[in-house]
Order: sequence, then C-alpha cells, then structure tokens
Amino acid sequence: MAADVTPMKTSAEQALSAAYAAARKTLPGKGAIATLREQAFERFEARGLPHRRVEEWKYTDLRALMRDMAPLASAPDAAAKAKAKDAGKLIAGVETRRIVFVDGVFAPELSDLTPEPGLTIGSLAERLTKGNAPALGTAFATDDVAVALNTALMGDGAVIDVAAHARIKKPIHLVFAGSTPTSSFVRSLITIGEGAEVTLIEDHDSGEAQVNAALELIVGDHARVDYFKLTQAQGLHVASLLARIGADARFNTFAYTAGSPLVRNQSFIRFDGERTHGGIRGVNLLRGKDHVDTTLLIMHAKGHCESREQFKTVLDGESHGVFQGKIVVAQHAQKTDAKMMTRSLLLSEQAEADNKPELEIFADDVVCGHGATAGALDPGLKFYLMSRGISDAEAEALLIQAFIGETVEEIAHEGIREALMNAAIAWLRARAA
Amino acid sequence: MSLLEIKNLHVEIESEGKKILNGLSLTIEKGQVAAIMGPNGSGKSTLAYVLAGKPGYEVTEGDVLLDGESVLDMGADERAAKGVFLAFQYPVEVPGVATMTFLRTALNAQRKLRGEGELSTPEFMKLVREQSAALGISQEHLRRAVNVGFSGGEKKRNEILQMAMLQPRLAVLDETDSGLDIDALKIVADGVNRLRSPERGMVVITHYQRLLNYIVPDVVHVMAKGRVVKSGGKELALELEAKGYAQYVEAA
Repeated sequence: MAADVTPMKTSAEQALSAAYAAARKTLPGKGAIATLREQAFERFEARGLPHRRVEEWKYTDLRALMRDMAPLASAPDAAAKAKAKDAGKLIAGVETRRIVFVDGVFAPELSDLTPEPGLTIGSLAERLTKGNAPALGTAFATDDVAVALNTALMGDGAVIDVAAHARIKKPIHLVFAGSTPTSSFVRSLITIGEGAEVTLIEDHDSGEAQVNAALELIVGDHARVDYFKLTQAQGLHVASLLARIGADARFNTFAYTAGSPLVRNQSFIRFDGERTHGGIRGVNLLRGKDHVDTTLLIMHAKGHCESREQFKTVLDGESHGVFQGKIVVAQHAQKTDAKMMTRSLLLSEQAEADNKPELEIFADDVVCGHGATAGALDPGLKFYLMSRGISDAEAEALLIQAFIGETVEEIAHEGIREALMNAAIAWLRARAA
Repeated sequence: MSLLEIKNLHVEIESEGKKILNGLSLTIEKGQVAAIMGPNGSGKSTLAYVLAGKPGYEVTEGDVLLDGESVLDMGADERAAKGVFLAFQYPVEVPGVATMTFLRTALNAQRKLRGEGELSTPEFMKLVREQSAALGISQEHLRRAVNVGFSGGEKKRNEILQMAMLQPRLAVLDETDSGLDIDALKIVADGVNRLRSPERGMVVITHYQRLLNYIVPDVVHVMAKGRVVKSGGKELALELEAKGYAQYVEAA
C-alpha cells in the first residue's frame, strides 16, 4: 500500500500544462528568463497542484478546490479598460498614485505616471522582453508550487524602484482590475533603496478572474515600508508576497480580505539584517462559503529583530478560515523578539476556523511566542450592550468592530486606516441587513 | 397605575430546569425606592436579570408589567428603551469599545426606538461632561474602553453614569454596594439619590443594610426561596441587620 503512485492529473492541471505549452513561445522574455520559466514549470509538472497531503497546503487543497483553469487573459479591450476606472475603490478617499493593470496587463493610460524624483515605474512584460529584470526571483527562495506556476506563466506586473533616501509622497496604489473570467499571472518586482520611505498598496479588485499574483519586495537597510494587500476577488485568488528586509528597517504589512470566496494569501518574509522591526497584520471577513487562507513563513535570519504578527478573522455562514503562521529563528539570530497572535470570531455554528501557529527556533537567546483563539461572541457582553438599548444587530456589529479594530488601529496611515475600518463596518452592516 | 407590577412570577434557568423564582409578586409605585434584601440564593439577582431581559431564563408562569404593559416578550433593548435600567453587580469589560462611543450609541439607540431624534454632538458632550463631573469620572476614563482596567469602584460609578445619561423610568441596582469602600459607596449613593424623582422608581437589591443608610428606601421587601416573604418600612432593614434572615428562610 506504500507504493508511490503518481496521481492522475486533474483537468485544471492539464489545462495549466496546456496553457504553458501553448504560450511558452509568446510569453515575454528569452534566454535566462525562458530558462527560469522552464525550470519553474518542471517543478509544477513534477508535483502538480498542491493538495492536502502537502503540509503547507493542508487546509487549502488547491487540487480539489481548483476545478478548472480559466483561459489565459488576452490584452484588454477598451470596454475592459473603461470598467477598470472604477476598480480599487475600497480606499477611494485616500489620495494615491494609481498604477492600473487590467486582466493582468499594464494600462499606462489609466495610470498616474507623473515623474517623481527617486521613483521609477515600469512594466514587467517590457522588462522581460528587454531581458532587464536582474532581481527577478531573488527576493525569497521557495519551491512553493503556486509561486512556480506564477514564474512559469508570468505575463505582466509592476516593476518599481525607489532610490536610496527617496521619500515617496503618495502611496503607490497597484490596482489589479479584472474584467473577464480569465486567468492572469501577475508578477511584480519592487526594490526599495537604503533609507527610502514608501507606502505600497497591492489592490486586487479582480471580479470573476482567476488570479495568481506574486510580488517580490526587496527592502534596503534603514528603509521604512508600509505594504497593504487588499483583496476583493470573486474568482480563485492565490497571492504570494516574497520579501527580503534589510537591517534597521521598519516594515509593516496589512492584509484586508472581504467578499472573496476563495483566497490564499501567502507571505514569505525574510528579516535579513539586524535591528529591524516588522509588523505583519491582517483582517479577514468571511461569509457564505468563503474560504480564506493566510499562510506566513517568517524567517528571522539575523538577530536583534522584532516582529509582531497579528491576524483577526470574522467568520459567518459556512465559511472556512485558515491561518498558518510559522516563525523560523535561525541559529545565529540571537535576541530575536517575535510574537504571533491569531484570533477567529465565529458568528455561526457552521463556520470553521483552523489555526496553526508554529515556531522553529535554532537560536538559544530569544523571546518568541504565539497564541491562537477561536470562539463565538461573548453572550454576556452582548446582553450588557442590549440592556442599554442597543439592538441585537448593532451590539454584534459593535463587538465585531471592536474585535477587528484592535488590529486595524495599528495602521499608521490615517486615511487608509479609516478607509479600511469603514469598509469593514460596511461589510458588517451588509451582513446584518 | 403602578410603575412596575410583578404578578406571581415563576422562573427557571433554561439549561438546567432549576426553579429560582416561585410565585414572586411585587409592586413598585412611581417615585418609590424599594429595597430588596435577602440571603444568598434567594433569587435577587435572577429577579434583576429577568426584569432586564437576560436570555437563559424561562418564565413559566406570571407576568411583569411596566406601566401596565407586559415586557416579557420584549428583548433587552426594547425594555431599555421603555425605561428599564439594570446596574450590574459585575459590570462587564468591553474591550475595543470606548466608553464615550458606548454611551452615545446606547443613548441614540434608545431615542431611535422611542421615535426621538439623535442628540447632536454638542448636546451629547454637554450632557456627558455634566454627569461624569458629578460622579468624579475623568474625561480620560471616557476615552478608555468600557470598564477595561477600571477598579471595582470605577466600574460601579460607570454604571451610575450610564443610568444618569439614560434617565430610566425603572432603575434596578443589583448589589451596587458590593466591593465598594465607604468613600466610593458615598459617591455612588449620591449619584443614585440625585436621580430620585416622582416619575422614577428604583429597586435597590442588597445583601446588607449598610447601603440603605445612604440610599434610604421608602419600602423594604425581604426575599427568600424565590418569593417576597415580608414587606415593611425602612426599619425592617435594621431589624434584619440585628436578627438575620433565619426566621424568614425557615418561614418560607
């Protein structure tokens, strides 16, 4: 019974292979880039889509969940571009520099490309065609299959360079708009120079599209970076953050996911220099049959860094929330201070939360901890609020708001903080209605 | 018409089927302050919860009328809007909800249920400043999450502040004296006394006579085994203090 059998390919796996075979000649980039694609594709071919026996994907069985692959997106037409103007409105009140992608393709005419000293913005497709993307694939080494598929099939994405000591005024808002039920493989490459300061927003408002997104982020020493990942996706959405952070940096991430049936957000973050502070946070709002998976791999490769991981998930209906957080402290990363907390609030008997925090510590002088809770609203709290005249629905909303507020409050950017809190409140109202 | 009329009330704890109130009858008139005393386990707190509409209690017989209208089918929020207020024995902590937000949400929710308009921000701020100052509650406390990190006395004062803001018709104070030192007790009692009015009834539940030196009741009811076994004037409290509850428990 222990024989190692190769399972039959699912129709999605066959479609992915066929899509690659058909597109490999026309995908941007030759030479080294074509080789990179080929190697990545071989990794996928050898292992297939990740399934429940792959530890990192245990709770999100992509092989079972991905029934089919939508056809690769073609270049968007005028109608698709017109529609994209309304995408990314979750933070509509915040003044940002919008860089828009439609069905995975850069739309310069919809993007704010006003020159700013120290800031270079370009398209990955163009860079690949010119063979000019030396940092590609270097942010974080992983053999994850979703990342491999992205590398094999990457079409376009943002390439952003922030020069050393530049202070970018407005948040850079990457809007990934989807107009059709097609597949796109977007890959972005962002390098932040030493001592630079920038706020980045990766905003997926992708409609019915199937999206496999990967964003490589290389942060220099002394830099300050706030990175947001916003997800509203009706189609299958798999996103990977691949980040490498230098010394003495401040690095905060915040993920907000709501109204999305099937999401896997995976973050691979390597603290690669000493004395860096990291805050890795997020809020997920689930209802119906939504399935949202947050998976973190936090590598403390150097000592004297501090990281705080905090995730809150609200689950209604028959939704399923997954949190897997792994903190690895390398042997020489002494004085690491890492604390991870995940809390799930279950609003229905049918909702399910799986929390799996893990620590792997090879150093002996560290302070690390993790915690995970899952539970319903406290009926005593609810009665207290109702006994003051607050309605059932409003009492619940207030308590849920308080639950996620603790995490949202950590966002330094006032406009984004308020916009996300308001978005969450709107979600709660819609739920109660 | 009486403000509150409790008629032959029988109550069980839903999950256990355990009977707590056994045919309790009690009337509170407008303007009256009634003390309810009794030993542990006599059903005093259950009565308070049932009046406020806490889930988990089943009324198997009897009725509770506020201004002649039964409240038993009303949710806790509706009862609050009708003017029922419960000052909790153990006020709960509500992390993440600022006291100020809580007060405002509660006040406006009640006004909305009564078909009244919301208070404007300046009106609300004026009211909350006046009432909190009278109770010695700082503005800093109002910014903090409800009861989180408050001392026992601060929590009880916060209950009285809520009562003062909400101006109920019927206030039920459940062991408001428990856990208070004498200075805190005086502040709380002063707060309660300021709210005495010809239109408002109060039910002061207490185990000890001490509180009644500061909140002088018009009438005292003694509870034992889930019903009222003796009623009298304020001197009844002193008698209980001297002789204990034993005679009533046995009689019940």
